[in-house]
Amino acid sequence: MAREFGEPGGLECSKVKKRSKKKSKKENKTRTVYSNILYDHVKGHDNPNRHYADNKIKTTKYTLLSFLPKNLFEQFHRYANVYFVFIALLNFVPVVNAFQPELALAPVVFILSVTAIKDLWEDYRRHRSDKEINHMDCLVYCRRERRYVEKYWKEVHVGDFIRLRCNEILPADILLLSSSDPDRLCHIETATLDGETNLKQRQVVRSFIDQDCDFDPSQYNSIIECEKPNNDLNRFRGYIIHRSGRRDGLYKENLLLRGCTVRNTEEAVGIVIYAGHETKAMLNNNGPRYKRSKLERQMNVDVFWCVVILLVMCLFSAIGHGLWMFQYGDQRPVFDVLSPEGTDMSPALSAIYLFLTMIIVFQVLIPISLFVSIEIVKICQVYFIHQDTDLYDEETDSTLQCRALNITEDLGQVQYIFSDKTGTLTENKMVFRRCAVAGVEYSHDANARRLAAYQEMDSEEEECVSRGGTLPRRDSVTSHQSGRVVLRSQSTKSHRRTGSRAEAKRASILSKHTAFSSPMEKDITPDPQLLDKVNQCSIQPLGQLTHELSDIMEFFIALTICNTVVVSSPSHPRQKVRMRFELKSPVKTIEDFIKRFTPSRLTSGSNSSSSSSLAAGRSAQKTGSSGLPSPSAENTLLRLEEEQHPVHHADLQKAFSPVPDNMEGHLLASEDGELRYEAESPDEAALVYAARAYKCSLVGRLPDQVTVELPHLGRLHFELLHTLSFDSTRKRMSVVVRHPLTDQITVYTKGADSVIMDLIRPPSSDDNKSKRQRKILFKTQNYLNLYAASGLRTLCIAKKTLSEEEYGSWLKSHLQAETAIQGREELLFQSAVRLETNLHLLGATGIEDRLQDGVPETIASLRKAGLQIWVLTGDKQETAINIAYACRLLDPEEELIILNADTQTGDPETISLTQEACAVLLEESLHYIQSKFLCDLPEHTARALRDDIRTLDMPPTLVHRLGLVIDGRTLAYALDSSLEDRFLAVARSCRSVLCCRSTPLQKSMVVKLVRNKLKVMTLAIGDGANDVSMIQVADVGVGISGQEGMQAVMASDFAVPRFQYLQKLLLVHGHWCYSRLANMILYFFYKNAMFVALIFWYQFYSGFSGSAMIDQWYLIFFNLMFSAFPQLVTGTLDKDVSAETLQDLPQLYMNGQNSEEYKPYMFWMNMIDAFYQSIVCFFIPYFAYADSDVDLFTWGTPITTLALFTILLHLSIETKTWTWLNWASIIFSISLFFTVALCYSVSCPICYPPSNPYWSMHRLLGDPLFYLLCVITPVVALLPRYFYRACQGSIFPSLVQVGRQLDKLSPESRRNILSQRSMCSAKLPLFPFSGPFPKDYAPSAQESHACKRWDTKDSKQPMDQLRPGSSPQVTESKEGNPNQSIPAASQDKTLPHSEEPHSPVHSFQSCSAIQFDSALDSPDFKMVNWIPSTPFTQRDCVPLMSLSACDLLSTGRGEGRPTPNTLDSVEAEDPSCPTEGSLSTTLL
Amino acid sequence: MAKTAANSRPLARRPDNSAFKQQRLPAWSPMLTGGTVLPFFFFMGVLCILLGVWLLLTVQGTYEIKVDYTEAGTCDRCYELRNLSKKAHEPCTCRVNFSLKENFTGDVFFYYGLVNFHQNLRRYMDSRDDGQMVGRLKNLKVQSHPHPHPRMQLDSNNDCICYPVQKSKLHSATLANKLLLSSVLVISSNQSPSSYCHPFIHVNKTPIAPCGAIANSMFNDSFTLNYHSAVGKAEAVPLYRKGIAWYTDKNVKFRNPSMPNKTLPQVFEGTVQPLYWQKPVYQLDPSDPNNNGFVNEDLIVWMREAAFPKFKKLYGILNRNHPVFRDGLPAGDYNYPAQYFQGRKQVVLSTVTWFGGQNHFLPIAYMVTGGLVLLLAVVLTVVYVKVGKGRMNLPD
Repeated sequence: MAREFGEPGGLECSKVKKRSKKKSKKENKTRTVYSNILYDHVKGHDNPNRHYADNKIKTTKYTLLSFLPKNLFEQFHRYANVYFVFIALLNFVPVVNAFQPELALAPVVFILSVTAIKDLWEDYRRHRSDKEINHMDCLVYCRRERRYVEKYWKEVHVGDFIRLRCNEILPADILLLSSSDPDRLCHIETATLDGETNLKQRQVVRSFIDQDCDFDPSQYNSIIECEKPNNDLNRFRGYIIHRSGRRDGLYKENLLLRGCTVRNTEEAVGIVIYAGHETKAMLNNNGPRYKRSKLERQMNVDVFWCVVILLVMCLFSAIGHGLWMFQYGDQRPVFDVLSPEGTDMSPALSAIYLFLTMIIVFQVLIPISLFVSIEIVKICQVYFIHQDTDLYDEETDSTLQCRALNITEDLGQVQYIFSDKTGTLTENKMVFRRCAVAGVEYSHDANARRLAAYQEMDSEEEECVSRGGTLPRRDSVTSHQSGRVVLRSQSTKSHRRTGSRAEAKRASILSKHTAFSSPMEKDITPDPQLLDKVNQCSIQPLGQLTHELSDIMEFFIALTICNTVVVSSPSHPRQKVRMRFELKSPVKTIEDFIKRFTPSRLTSGSNSSSSSSLAAGRSAQKTGSSGLPSPSAENTLLRLEEEQHPVHHADLQKAFSPVPDNMEGHLLASEDGELRYEAESPDEAALVYAARAYKCSLVGRLPDQVTVELPHLGRLHFELLHTLSFDSTRKRMSVVVRHPLTDQITVYTKGADSVIMDLIRPPSSDDNKSKRQRKILFKTQNYLNLYAASGLRTLCIAKKTLSEEEYGSWLKSHLQAETAIQGREELLFQSAVRLETNLHLLGATGIEDRLQDGVPETIASLRKAGLQIWVLTGDKQETAINIAYACRLLDPEEELIILNADTQTGDPETISLTQEACAVLLEESLHYIQSKFLCDLPEHTARALRDDIRTLDMPPTLVHRLGLVIDGRTLAYALDSSLEDRFLAVARSCRSVLCCRSTPLQKSMVVKLVRNKLKVMTLAIGDGANDVSMIQVADVGVGISGQEGMQAVMASDFAVPRFQYLQKLLLVHGHWCYSRLANMILYFFYKNAMFVALIFWYQFYSGFSGSAMIDQWYLIFFNLMFSAFPQLVTGTLDKDVSAETLQDLPQLYMNGQNSEEYKPYMFWMNMIDAFYQSIVCFFIPYFAYADSDVDLFTWGTPITTLALFTILLHLSIETKTWTWLNWASIIFSISLFFTVALCYSVSCPICYPPSNPYWSMHRLLGDPLFYLLCVITPVVALLPRYFYRACQGSIFPSLVQVGRQLDKLSPESRRNILSQRSMCSAKLPLFPFSGPFPKDYAPSAQESHACKRWDTKDSKQPMDQLRPGSSPQVTESKEGNPNQSIPAASQDKTLPHSEEPHSPVHSFQSCSAIQFDSALDSPDFKMVNWIPSTPFTQRDCVPLMSLSACDLLSTGRGEGRPTPNTLDSVEAEDPSCPTEGSLSTTLL
Repeated sequence: MAKTAANSRPLARRPDNSAFKQQRLPAWSPMLTGGTVLPFFFFMGVLCILLGVWLLLTVQGTYEIKVDYTEAGTCDRCYELRNLSKKAHEPCTCRVNFSLKENFTGDVFFYYGLVNFHQNLRRYMDSRDDGQMVGRLKNLKVQSHPHPHPRMQLDSNNDCICYPVQKSKLHSATLANKLLLSSVLVISSNQSPSSYCHPFIHVNKTPIAPCGAIANSMFNDSFTLNYHSAVGKAEAVPLYRKGIAWYTDKNVKFRNPSMPNKTLPQVFEGTVQPLYWQKPVYQLDPSDPNNNGFVNEDLIVWMREAAFPKFKKLYGILNRNHPVFRDGLPAGDYNYPAQYFQGRKQVVLSTVTWFGGQNHFLPIAYMVTGGLVLLLAVVLTVVYVKVGKGRMNLPD
């Protein structure tokens, strides 16, 4: 999209000559921009801007003239094309030529022109869109006419002044110099750049802020120095040098980016800094990506083998010819012909010539049309994927996009999925769930019920719409023995998507322009208890509030202002609500205000929570005139130098201009409850909405002021001094405001609990207050853990009051940092860190990030499909684990291995210590896994396997029912090259892996590690900028086109609207694409080999002279025309299994994972079959015509025909579904052949030297022998394959074939079988014919015997379960536990260990189950009681070792195992689970 | 831009729900399992066997006799003669006797056969000029200079006279070529015949007609067949020597060049005969003036390159108007330089069926295939009944 903007042209109106500034800026690291007004011509000699790119964009690759050479040049980057041209040219050499040279050019010209036409068409489309964009209008200041004139975008140059009007699209990157907005702001919408629909504020460059009157470009004479063009959307640095020599910094807030839309601002003027291709938007646009798919890589290997075969055949022929010549000796036979020079050729020389000739004759073996066909098929596949209505999201009106056109088949071969959590698994729609203020928890039960109500509506609707033929939804709340699970399922329930689809749709359509505000997010039911307290504190005078109440007030204030939310009103969605003037203006109002609240306000200063140094009197004086500019010293600091805030003047002026009361009233009425909040991140919005539910609402935000409406207090204007924005390192954001009531400078900080808790000022003394503080801290921490355990996102809210002096000194350094050009980010970061210390904890919030629709089902079925799913998230461990449970990534039945390493200090010694500790830890885990899962194996195999497990040769199917949780810090060590192997060995034997708190870099490292070390196909899915690197590293990158912007989508190969679409994308489209393409490629190889081999056999009868019985025309067009269409149709449309069955039986996906359609041996089998078939097709006609007076082409034409029939019938055997298109294409192929042949053979008796096919086809059609051959030859040729297929279908059907059989059944019986399959718990009967299976799914040869046993066992089971024919009673198998039948959570993976009644798992499970029962059965069970006892919670509340620590915690059932709350007891064995306890280790 | 359009209409981007786009076209998906395949197997097996039996019976009704005359009978003398290059040009006649065990009923075809003669050699095959054969004057000789080298032409004729052709209706032997290949000069400046004819394109800048290696090596043994009835008197077997080429070849592909008011020899003025030939192309058949030039049927038959090194070509068809020749056909006489290609020559007398000559391969192939298919069908049945059936029928 971004690509669609841009162009340059000449500014021709300025004619006055000016002096020139000679300076070549090329070598500089910065760009200097002057005003073009100073120079008469934009491209003139004297214009220093002349070197910069203009605004004309040209995304086309070619011009009319350059198309042919350039396109050819590009095409010749493909080796195949070079090869074919080489062969065609070889034909022009008389000694070696095999065909009519012009004819030999046909294929390569055909291929080249098909590609060229495709390129041309694409280029033309680009040209059209370029043209459209280049000819968009904008207003450019014209020097001659001294006004703004309309110009095309392409005529805009760097240095031009542009006037922007509301809703205009920005033509270039423009530095904002003036705005009609009284605050000198300009709002832009950046949806085309990052997909974010909220408004962003841009500020006029500081030095121009105070220009009240209209900006006059002719007065402008400053020089701008800034960075060279780069593609970082979030960075712009530079400064502007005024004539006076003063410098002002320029930031990204001053820059308007091309492609954005101006909103809410009537007029703005700016100077063009970057234009055309140098704009950030264009630099960010890399176009589609080209990857090479796994299948293609495999194919290339086989193409290479084809080359080898070709060379062998040529060599063979050449040697044969040499010997043939040699046998005649000196006496040349009469039929031997000399070289054109008339000299005798030696056998050796003619053998060499012949070698080249044979390359020409056999060229078809290298499938020239294969590459083109694959491209065509892929384009069709992409088309069909785009067209799938199941992948269409109504809510966002978006479909799946394939951004990479050539890796569709990789979708069918994915083995590992790496998923982001937030926004990918979850909706990234944040709903405020509960909070804790001042150590008291407000559970917001009503809110929970409200969410549950959405949920119910949702599920009802789901039931209505649930289509026939799908699996009966398993009830997730069925009777599990363990109370914990019941509990879990409740929370799971609330995680599920709430808000019925219809409603969400309505909402999304209504609020299209407003991000993050579905009704569900907005309507928060306040907790009555908390509401009471809020009301209380509004009744009481502010100063008399208890600590608790004041904390509550502050808490809500912090929620309201500590964010970057922009307010807009619904009637004009994009209109900023300009409360400021109306509200603050009338003196009357202010007086009322003061009158009303003076008592409380007067005392508030002394009563404020911090020990304020401000005198009460002073505060009283100040508050009395709140809103007026304060003349004090610190104010001078604030208003930087000459930059007096114009605002304040305005305030003063307005203060005395009375505004009718009714106007305010009107505004108040309209605003209440109807304000829209546009936030950069959804949790900000959620918090603001939450605060609003308590009548504490944000009504306006300006760059220097936040307006808040408080209950009974009315509107308060907080002077916004600084906003220290969120970054992922600090994990917090802060605002610095001047509190209007106390006039204190207050810092409100909001951030991740882990960091905030560390920054809380430790209670120093032992007095009551600090005791209370400690208690609050402790309690809050507990609540935080509780929130995290129930899957909520936690945030801590804290505040800090600064004295003027403190603030002054901090401000100085901060200002320095702000104006620094070098290392500004670093300095700002440090400055922020300096400020955010010694905080006072206000409270904590729990925000629910609801799971996306269908996520658990999707994950379950993807997992059944044999995909390993790893979740890599930046979230904290507890939240991540709980979301993982909610989306069934982790199973309550699973054991968890949690790896946490903690390092407080960063010195190398500690690191190496930790490293060792980690190594030991991983060792331990391995041992654990071994001991756990090898115990049921015979001793010797176990030993063998134990040796294997450490190496990566371990069979990939050996995955246990274990979950691995690892956090970012540990991951950092585990990813070290010395440990990565061990880490992988552990990780891959676990069923699910969860990496929390991982950085974007770690995410990509994990993906890279798995991809490179395990040699598997990886898919990464994510939605945010932090997933980009992971998406790019993975073989297949999928972006969720959600709410977090477009960066992930831009980096991805496929963009899906929702996570759940991944299921159909992979299981159905991936499977189809893979199997279609794999079959087509194999068929291509077969086809070409078969055809070429015919000629090869003939060499034995023609003295290896390179003559072909197949006419050159047939030879050349056979591939291109006669046999091309059916395989394209099949390659595009063939469905081995229907979409429904593929989704119902995810196991079918393993077909692609194991590359079962196209294994290396299959290439050779196909080659052998091809040679067999060609022998049949050659020798049956040979013997039939032997000894007859047949001539060469009368004999060769039937062979061609037979080959065509055989090849088409072969395709028919391989075609699984026949639509009318298949029939049509086959009939078309055959009739095309005969038509062409008939026309060709009558067209001209002499035109095609050296062949003379005249009338041969007609004669042939009158020959009964021809028809006799047509019957027998294909039958004999295809008999083996047909027989094999029939046997395979009856005796050892592959999984896919079983799936196809399911397709044929009626929907009811299908459903029966499938449900029986998943419900039954009887043992698997042995299959009488299970024999062939191990062969099919055998692991690689070098594996030990023991592994083989394992492997077959493991991998066979899913297959066996699928043997529906045999067994209605066939099942999942023993899901093991006699005492626990858990249909809800049933897992398809059968684990050998579960057969062992005495395995540790069992005893463990039973012991924990008992405990849960006792704990959970009581209905009023409080989470508080058990949450702190979960092992990982305990990690957080106990201060961690100062040195470093790695903990291995093996806990059964994840969150479930009750563990005592102290660190010591972790080491102690859990008495109830002796087998388990011995395995949990803590390393200190 | 597109976005605004889409926004105006909700669900604007929803894909069509058509069967094609959703890949739900009605389709037939056959399963290759025992149940579906077996009928086909049995049908095919039975069909093949029946066809095979029928063909076999048909083939049984044909007769064929091959007589290798390379060294047989009195031909050993000719064979030796041809082996000596000095005497290779001498005419030679020989006689081979053979007897037919049974009567050849029906149309009898008379073929000459060559073994180990690679007419399908690529360089050999390419060496011809169809344009010349179709009668294009510009491919025949250089048109701009109608009489460029009259003397040369005369020399050629003399050459021809030096090797007078022995014409005899019954016992004749044409002389073999003797010119050494190295004596052929290639002059590329004159391209009148197609360059494909190299190196048989010119003799001393005079174009050869017909040019090329194929025409050059035309088989020129001639045969007469005498029937020695029990009564003793030899009787000549009448053969049709025309109608042996494809109709289209005779009438379309091969035409004599024609110039207004000129006879055939006049038209061919300015060309030379191929090096191995004893007489010019317009004198190939003295008995029938219309059978001369490029439309000579022996030439046409020869120009159709055989597919295999062992081949036969039609020489004549028995004229069954003669009351004697309803059945028996005795001996033949011949000469041909077999030694140059280390090959052998033979004469084949054969009757044909509706699907070609006597060839037992096809019927046998049919029967074997049929048997094989039936065998596999039985195997498949056994397997299917024992193993597959239970499993493949899913419970309802």
